[in-house]
Amino acid sequence: MEREPEVRPLVPDIDRQVVADATRVFKLERRDFVKLGAMAGGGLVLGVAFPRGLRAWERGADGDGAGRDGADADAPALNAFVQVATDGGVTIWMARAEMGQGVLTALPMLVAEELDADWDSVRIQQAGADPHKYGRQTTVGSSSVRNGAWLHLRKAGAAARAMLVAAAAKRWGVPAGECAASKGRVTHAGSGRSAGYGELAEEAARLAVPADPKLKSPSAFTLIGTSPARRDTPAKVRGTADYGADVRVEGMLQATVVHPPRFGDSVGSFDASKAMAVPGVRKVVPISAGLAVVADHTWAAFRGAEALRVTWKDGGFGKDSKAIAAELDGLLEGPEAAVARNDGDVAGALSSGAHRAGGRYVTPYLAHATMEPMVTTARVEKGRCEVWASTQNPQGAQRVAADVTGLDVSNVDVHVTFVGCGWGRRGSVDYVRDAVETAKAVGAPVQLVWTREEDMRHDEYRPISHYRMQGAVDAKGRLSALDARVAAPPIGVQDGRGRAGEVNRSAVDGIANSAYSIPNLRVDYRYSGIPVPTGYWRSVGPSQNTWVMESFVDELAHAAGRDPVEFRLALLDGEPRVKRVLEMAAERAGWGKPLPAGRARGVALVRDKGGRVAEIAEVSSENGQPRVHRVTVVADCGIVVHPNIVESQYAGSVIAGLAAALYGKITLREGSVVQGNFGGYPLLRMDEAPAVDVHIVDSREDPGGVGEPALPPAAPALTNAWFALTGTRVRELPMVPQA
Amino acid sequence: MARFTLRVNGSSHQVDAPPDMPLLWVLRDLLGLTGTKYGCGVSQCGACTVHMGGNAVRSCVTPVSAVGRAEVVTIEGLSADGSHSVQKAWVEEEVPQCGYCQPGQIMSAAALLARTSSPTDDDIDQAMSGNLCRCGTYDRIRKAIHRAAGGAAREG
Repeated sequence: MEREPEVRPLVPDIDRQVVADATRVFKLERRDFVKLGAMAGGGLVLGVAFPRGLRAWERGADGDGAGRDGADADAPALNAFVQVATDGGVTIWMARAEMGQGVLTALPMLVAEELDADWDSVRIQQAGADPHKYGRQTTVGSSSVRNGAWLHLRKAGAAARAMLVAAAAKRWGVPAGECAASKGRVTHAGSGRSAGYGELAEEAARLAVPADPKLKSPSAFTLIGTSPARRDTPAKVRGTADYGADVRVEGMLQATVVHPPRFGDSVGSFDASKAMAVPGVRKVVPISAGLAVVADHTWAAFRGAEALRVTWKDGGFGKDSKAIAAELDGLLEGPEAAVARNDGDVAGALSSGAHRAGGRYVTPYLAHATMEPMVTTARVEKGRCEVWASTQNPQGAQRVAADVTGLDVSNVDVHVTFVGCGWGRRGSVDYVRDAVETAKAVGAPVQLVWTREEDMRHDEYRPISHYRMQGAVDAKGRLSALDARVAAPPIGVQDGRGRAGEVNRSAVDGIANSAYSIPNLRVDYRYSGIPVPTGYWRSVGPSQNTWVMESFVDELAHAAGRDPVEFRLALLDGEPRVKRVLEMAAERAGWGKPLPAGRARGVALVRDKGGRVAEIAEVSSENGQPRVHRVTVVADCGIVVHPNIVESQYAGSVIAGLAAALYGKITLREGSVVQGNFGGYPLLRMDEAPAVDVHIVDSREDPGGVGEPALPPAAPALTNAWFALTGTRVRELPMVPQA
Repeated sequence: MARFTLRVNGSSHQVDAPPDMPLLWVLRDLLGLTGTKYGCGVSQCGACTVHMGGNAVRSCVTPVSAVGRAEVVTIEGLSADGSHSVQKAWVEEEVPQCGYCQPGQIMSAAALLARTSSPTDDDIDQAMSGNLCRCGTYDRIRKAIHRAAGGAAREG
């Protein structure tokens, strides 16, 4: 048994057995088919009802009440639908957003596996927003497979299979137990009879749904654990995959938004004459966020935005990064703290330690910098609103559109496009509001695209965090005490979330609940209300906290003269799966073996969102700057649905983590963000990308998260290698600040 | 406003556009070719890469008036059915994650292979370092380019 973390994870793990027992599969009647839409072909349609009383864990991404996505707590909780049509085609509704993580392929695989469908006959339908049909749809927290879907999608497939087999058995007058199903056909070996699912679908639809369809044991899987071709790849290599800005609606105008450069300011007055003089510009519209420039094409809208002359009304926030840093440092030394964890006698263990270390760590604000800037298309007419959005939060988009238009949510249709990277940014719907307000104001369909500069300067940033770390190692060379103070604004500070005296879980996530057994552990949180908007950033709290934790554990290992891998292994007796990935990573990376002159290795690990990942980076110095040559990743994420996708997620997470560690920093000057494009906020490029060697541990445990957990260890693996190489301990990110 | 006759994906198109309008927006908003993406607007990310006279160019900073009679090829024109060797290699290596940058990556790779049939890793670094990928698919892009060049395909 693994130790229960003291601080609950952002998306809590569920008691899978309780949910499995209570999840009910039901049959849709013909009138319900119509409501679901696109139900040609009739046949058998099943839905999965998720037990309402057990939905608290699923409701909020952050686990505190309704959560920022504000899902409707009272909505009936249907979550998945599968149709076996009379032509034998199987349609599976996919209620999550495809943003590269592979859900368009992996989720239907769960149904198809238990259904014994012919994978090539499976069609996938992207679901629009509907809390009454799909329950919560927000795509966050590496949760699409591990929470819920792993059970209820498989249960839907198993129920449909059982009904098709029963229909065949009834038709042939043989016991169901003598029939087998495979690749979309039921066969009876004794009589040599066989029938396709399509032929059986109508008869199956007249039978009762089994109360508790039997799920396969993992050893019987034939599809799960294989890597069929991703369903989204062909369109993505032909340029036919439609992202937010690729939507084309008849009569649509193009628009862009100009925000007040300084957070908290608003539009005082504006002179649109120069903007209106740009050929193609139609209108300048005041909206909640600032000003929207509406034009015949995007280029005119962008030029019009540049030509606007605006006098901004001072909101009173004019701080720069230096003042923010001073404020956070002050909080670290101040009396106001909310204690997240206090085990044992930290003060005593610190003073009696054989070796001690301590230091201040700093991580910056980070932008999401998704390749696709924020964009939404909206049409408001005849008592309805239609929204096409690149979003992780279709129901949030639906609610904000309803709010702007005064329509009931049932009159708002949300179409989810391919998402050109989510990273958590598209859980917020500020940019959806922009488009709906503008469309409503001009009385025509509008596509509103943010410029890259607006995107970078009006993000909801990963919170800046300052840390004071103190620790001790006892005479036996074992980590005996850790005292961590974290000063940071909470996520959602712009919405009034968090307050002094209250622990912000994501601010301490990865430190207060690390994988290590530390007998004397104190972690506290110091609230800051700095009004720079903050949001969820891929892997959230652990993305910065793991860097601090793993850097500091490394510091303590070196202070005690211990090998960093050995030092960590001694703290992982309670975490056999974490211990195993660390041992395997050390083995695969050749930890301890000689390297060419001028290279060094660094190690780091994390247990996060149901994943356990260890990484070892191999680093050299080129002109005094770090160069990463190779990163070895060993991960245990339980049963792997689609190994090829998992490998790509891990490799990409490493690149993302390194980009942040090397270059990522948003700075403020007089209350405005300085960086506006990739020049000031670089990402890793091809010539800097290391080889990433990914190894996935064979596991029969239920699936864990995949999209995020390999990101946090990349930065500390790099900086720990840098210490091994140069003797310099990196205590502030990024390593290579931009001018 | 001025009238331009452009050669795009093998056909002629007449467009009325301001002379300084970048080719990117002519393609996307006037010709409806949305496969070419906007990422930065200042030639820093490569998402807007197209071929002009056989060379990879950033269409976000290429004024329509500079196109002249050059043949423009976009991702939609690279092949009719995804059968270009680079596209096939991209499918075989399962390169895309979110996929937004991939049309630009593919156009840069196709231009590289058109002039260097067997590129080295250094050649790939040089040709591809102007194309950002937020998902971090670089390792697979490299493999796919080698595969399209024939190496990996022969191996297996």
